[in-house]
Amino acid sequence: MSAATLFGLCAAALIGIGLYGLIVNPHPLRKILAFNVIGSGVFILFGAIARRGAAAGIGGDPVPQALLITGIVVAFSATALAVALLLRLFEETGSVTLASDAPDKTQPGTDDA
Amino acid sequence: MIDALNIGLAGLILGLALWSIVAREAFAAVAGFMAYGLLLTLVWVQLHGIDVALTEAAIGGGLTGALLIGAATRLRSTEAAARAERPGTAVRWLAAGVSVAVTAALAVGVLALPVPAPTLAPDVAAQIAVTGVGNPITAVLLAFRAMDTLLEAIVLLFALIGVWSLAPDRFWGGRPGLRQHADPNGILAYVARVLPPIGVIAGIYIFWVGADHPGGKFQGATIMASMWLLVMMAGLADAPPISRTWLRTLLVAGPLVFIAIGLVGVVTADAFLAYPAGIAKPLILVIEFALMPTLTLILGLMLVGAPKRGPLP
Repeated sequence: MSAATLFGLCAAALIGIGLYGLIVNPHPLRKILAFNVIGSGVFILFGAIARRGAAAGIGGDPVPQALLITGIVVAFSATALAVALLLRLFEETGSVTLASDAPDKTQPGTDDA
Repeated sequence: MIDALNIGLAGLILGLALWSIVAREAFAAVAGFMAYGLLLTLVWVQLHGIDVALTEAAIGGGLTGALLIGAATRLRSTEAAARAERPGTAVRWLAAGVSVAVTAALAVGVLALPVPAPTLAPDVAAQIAVTGVGNPITAVLLAFRAMDTLLEAIVLLFALIGVWSLAPDRFWGGRPGLRQHADPNGILAYVARVLPPIGVIAGIYIFWVGADHPGGKFQGATIMASMWLLVMMAGLADAPPISRTWLRTLLVAGPLVFIAIGLVGVVTADAFLAYPAGIAKPLILVIEFALMPTLTLILGLMLVGAPKRGPLP
């Protein structure tokens, strides 16, 4: 099995693992983490496809590889924004729950924080 | 032999990904995620994407890990409440079923990819000479797909503005993050004095060789930003107030220079972001030099977060 196929299958599994975490982990920070696992899986899948495009003495198709660099940097900026939102929510309410039927959160630092 | 290494690497990565999902403590999960990011770097080397490997090591593993570790420490008190919200067995099984189905569909797709694989590598190899740069990735990033890179720089700027805008009104214009106090004679302050000169040279080197070899402005800027963060964490320097004119000028300078050169291309080369024949390399260098400080500041400040202190000292 070529490295591209092996890591392509590995990436498919990573996307599944991340998706599971995104659904079942109730903590928003863990959801951000799971989303990054999905993201890295997508990147590796894309990288495996780029590797298959090796030609003309270049080890991988440089166009998807350049897009990957762009993608990794944009993923970081999105993560930073999500974390900043989460920390602000925590500072405002003292809790970070996403549950729609959560107890009144307008008083900071009450029971469940 | 290489096959065995690759299979072992894939196994380790899957194990660490699983750990970062199921670990009880967020801190432990993020620690696993950082190790995972570093191992991904090896995957990129195996996939012949050295430039991507450098980016992954610097940003995917390094900066993202540092960001999440900081957040996990701050949010530790909220974890017990979140655990009580864990969905029931039925939802978990359903989620597992959906995830397995997605993985299976993707795996079928991976095994059914077309042969021969479509590729733009020959086109890049045929056209790279007109750009004057030797690294095909840099040629794609700053010539063939320069629009992507321009939009990416703008996305980064907008993300930083988004992070800043989360500051409470009374802190607007103030310094981001909290003032760090570290022992001035401690090991952190020592490292923060000794490492930055080396790190800055390494960052500039990686930036400079990016024209012809793996490397480039994103990887270089990340190293520079991490050196700046180290100095700030050791309490040797403070983050600048976000109302400073020099700071805001540098933050928009990179994208503005990029757009200006793109507009010049409309007149001289008949298309936005097209470079006139013969001077493509100097123009690419001007863009990279303008973007470097912008990217360093944005990456560093994004990690420090929203302003937390008033505009007056």
